[in-house]
Amino acid sequence: MIASHRELGLTDAEYELIQEKMGRDPNGVELAIFSLMWSEHCAYKHSKLLLKTLPTEGPRVLMGPGENAGAVDVGGGLACAFKVESHNHPSAVEPFQGAATGVGGILRDVFAVGARPIAILDSLRFGEPDSPRTRYLLDRAVAGIGHYGNSIGVATVGGEIYFEGPYEQNCLVNAMCLGLIEHDQLIRSAAAGVGNKLVLFGARTGRDGIGGASVLASAELGEADADKRPTVQIGDPFEEKKLLECSLELLEQGLLVSLQDLGAAGLTSSSAEMASKGEVGIDIDVRRVPLREADMEAFEIMISESQERMLCVVEPDRVDDVLALCAKWEVNGTVIGEVTDSRHLCVLDGGEVVGDIPVPALVDDCPLYELEPAEPVTPVYPAPPRQIADGLDARATLLALLGSANLASRRWAFSQYDWLVGSRTVRRPEACDAAVLVLDPSGDADGPRPGLAVSIDGNGRRVAADPYRGAVEAVAECSANLACAGAEPLGLTNCLNFGNPEKPHIAWQLTRAVAGLADACRELGAPVVGGNVSLYNEGPDGPIYPTPVVGMVGELPDVAMAGRIGFSVAGDVVAVISAASYAPSLAASELAKLRGEPIEDGELPAAVLGELRALHAVIRQGVRSGVLRSAHDVAEGGLLVALAECCLTGAIGARLELGGDDEAALFGEGPGAFVVSAPRDALTPYGQAAKVLGEVGGDVLHVDGLLEVAVDELIRVHAGGLTDRLR
Amino acid sequence: MKYGVVRFPGTCDDVDAVLACERLGEAEILWHADRDLKGVDAVVVPGGFSYGDHLRVGAVARFAPVMEEVERFALRGGLVLGICNGFQILCEAGLLPGALLPNTGLRFAMRQTVLEVVESSCLWTRGLTPGERLSIPAKHTTGRYYAPEPVLDEMRANGQIVLRYAEDPIPNGSVEGIAGVCNKAGNVLGLMPHPEHAVDLLTGSADGLKVLAAAA
Repeated sequence: MIASHRELGLTDAEYELIQEKMGRDPNGVELAIFSLMWSEHCAYKHSKLLLKTLPTEGPRVLMGPGENAGAVDVGGGLACAFKVESHNHPSAVEPFQGAATGVGGILRDVFAVGARPIAILDSLRFGEPDSPRTRYLLDRAVAGIGHYGNSIGVATVGGEIYFEGPYEQNCLVNAMCLGLIEHDQLIRSAAAGVGNKLVLFGARTGRDGIGGASVLASAELGEADADKRPTVQIGDPFEEKKLLECSLELLEQGLLVSLQDLGAAGLTSSSAEMASKGEVGIDIDVRRVPLREADMEAFEIMISESQERMLCVVEPDRVDDVLALCAKWEVNGTVIGEVTDSRHLCVLDGGEVVGDIPVPALVDDCPLYELEPAEPVTPVYPAPPRQIADGLDARATLLALLGSANLASRRWAFSQYDWLVGSRTVRRPEACDAAVLVLDPSGDADGPRPGLAVSIDGNGRRVAADPYRGAVEAVAECSANLACAGAEPLGLTNCLNFGNPEKPHIAWQLTRAVAGLADACRELGAPVVGGNVSLYNEGPDGPIYPTPVVGMVGELPDVAMAGRIGFSVAGDVVAVISAASYAPSLAASELAKLRGEPIEDGELPAAVLGELRALHAVIRQGVRSGVLRSAHDVAEGGLLVALAECCLTGAIGARLELGGDDEAALFGEGPGAFVVSAPRDALTPYGQAAKVLGEVGGDVLHVDGLLEVAVDELIRVHAGGLTDRLR
Repeated sequence: MKYGVVRFPGTCDDVDAVLACERLGEAEILWHADRDLKGVDAVVVPGGFSYGDHLRVGAVARFAPVMEEVERFALRGGLVLGICNGFQILCEAGLLPGALLPNTGLRFAMRQTVLEVVESSCLWTRGLTPGERLSIPAKHTTGRYYAPEPVLDEMRANGQIVLRYAEDPIPNGSVEGIAGVCNKAGNVLGLMPHPEHAVDLLTGSADGLKVLAAAA
């Protein structure tokens, strides 16, 4: 039976407000519906006010936040729809299904606006790999992502994985999807047309995922999480593949008024959102919903999070055509209700009304809470465990970093993903700082072939050290990655993964990080077109690192000119092109982490965003014009690691002079520098901005007076760093 | 030259196969429920997860109505190419000898593989020289080729071993490193790597065109 409002996560004050809006006590079905719609996951009650401060407009934005996915214009009449979303708590409880359905959910968000998904990226965070729990979560989450993406035939083209102690209990699984659609085919989710029919299509509804959004996603993790396994949804990529093809064909034939996917809170939130956006009412008869288990109660049907389902509004004379197309694709299609003018969500069980709620009360009247931020006076996080001794020489330090869990090759993960299906993947994982996709994969194209570049990034440790500057860096890093591909930002999506916002120090992290995101997005010309918030990511051992994950999409005029990380031609000059403000420091760096230094030590360098924007344009132009034969952003591990990555990726050495052994210059981190290679003399136009370090060639990375490492050894250490830890 | 590309529920690489074939001729989708090959000159059974790999890879697709026509077409000497899941389906249908088992690593594995062309009676590789190497990506969970020794003997005698992985160790554990096999008549080829994903240097390699072009 249904629990009390407190057990469902509603406060006494919220319950009183519900009574007031209803003019009576809600019944059990109504209370269950309210508890989901007024959960953090659906109502963003602790984050909505902050999110309003993010810039959402730009010349290329076609659809901003509020729809299933945002969309930007990518030229030629095409739009790219994209979004990132978290599936953290389900993955922490059951990593395979949690991660798999995270991918399934974000795919549905993209095809719910009519776009054909073309690529998936994922951003993962786990505890340190010496923990058996981490190895279990990593192994199963990666398998789950591959299972879903590979089986549905959408390429997983990029992503990132970080290992840090604070994610030990509460791993993060964020998935991003991009899709393509013609501008005039974009469809919205607002229900319209009184008398139009509501058709539910896709999988049957079962008891899986009941309370997922409210129970799992809107509260901290605790001791009894194994008991919550039944609240994790089970994914079926085959069902979703049919659903995807069916949805796109329904849209292609112009049979739908509106379309919405069923995600968190299932039928409840999808129907309420559709009614709210269309300013109409909706009647749903739960007895018409095809069920997996016959004895499900009305409230269970309304809140089930069974996967692979979509809801659409159809004009009455087109219902037969819609159902015929569902039959063609072998998915269930059922009329379950209709659009009314009542502005109520009315739930019927057979003929009997079992719930009747004004839509505005559900969607608009949930109280929004102002955060009460306070900067913590004592450290929030313990120092990371020491992994290397002080006083190692540069060579040993470089190898320790290259083989560290955070910097080592991700081949183990991406070899389990299909990164090629769709025939668009021009830059494979680890070939370029961003994934590069060609818009037209056919052989017809003559001349330049326009494409997209996409990157996902967010370094929680640096955000923990300084929420504002760390969040700025996440946006700058994506923009830098795009520049290395030769791409210019069009827009971004973000996922804000934080702890419990009701705690003042978490509220402070969140407030400062959003301020950083807003400033960086504005200054770097990348409006936010959508995203997701995942709060309450903490367990008995404390909160996760504050982790804003940024996914950025950019365009490039010709993918044939897309950049590469690796050095390639002996005799090319190697140079660093940096901003005047580039001032790398060891604070919260990978080296500081390996040395077990507290993240509060030192200060992150400030980003001068105007300079970064100009610098990224310079790199982008250099790549597009072909002047730069390779370009790689100096990021985790600092300059020496970046140089080593250029050597090991290209399987060729370099002979360099760095002019000193200052640790901050060699291993320090901070935004605003790129390692490039180019034919001799090609860099002349860059003048003082390009500092020549030496030249490409040989099979050794040689730095005068500092170190010499065979490229084979760089490759071996980098390739084995992660897999060796997983054995 | 007109290629037909079969689409089952759960097929993933059909669009890629159409795009690849269109570089060489015309291409059309053949719907699983239709007993109609639309007069095509060659049939491609593409990769993916037909019927969600339920029961056993390829086991359900083999009974789709369109497969009756594909079998008839193959027995009359029509050119049929099965890629990845398509290879699995052709083995299930009995058009090709042997079976595909789970990779020795028991995981989905994606990589650019190097294949060596074996001297064979296969019509799809007649334009290639034995010993020639092809760079073609592979991606599968169930790609370990297996046939009992007497069957292998017969295949060797008939020139039915068409492609081998020129790699050590063999990526998926296939017996004798077999990546592709043909029927006795040489008109039906099945292979695990994806020639349709190797048709443009822009996306990595163009060697797959050499296989697809044999039909043209």
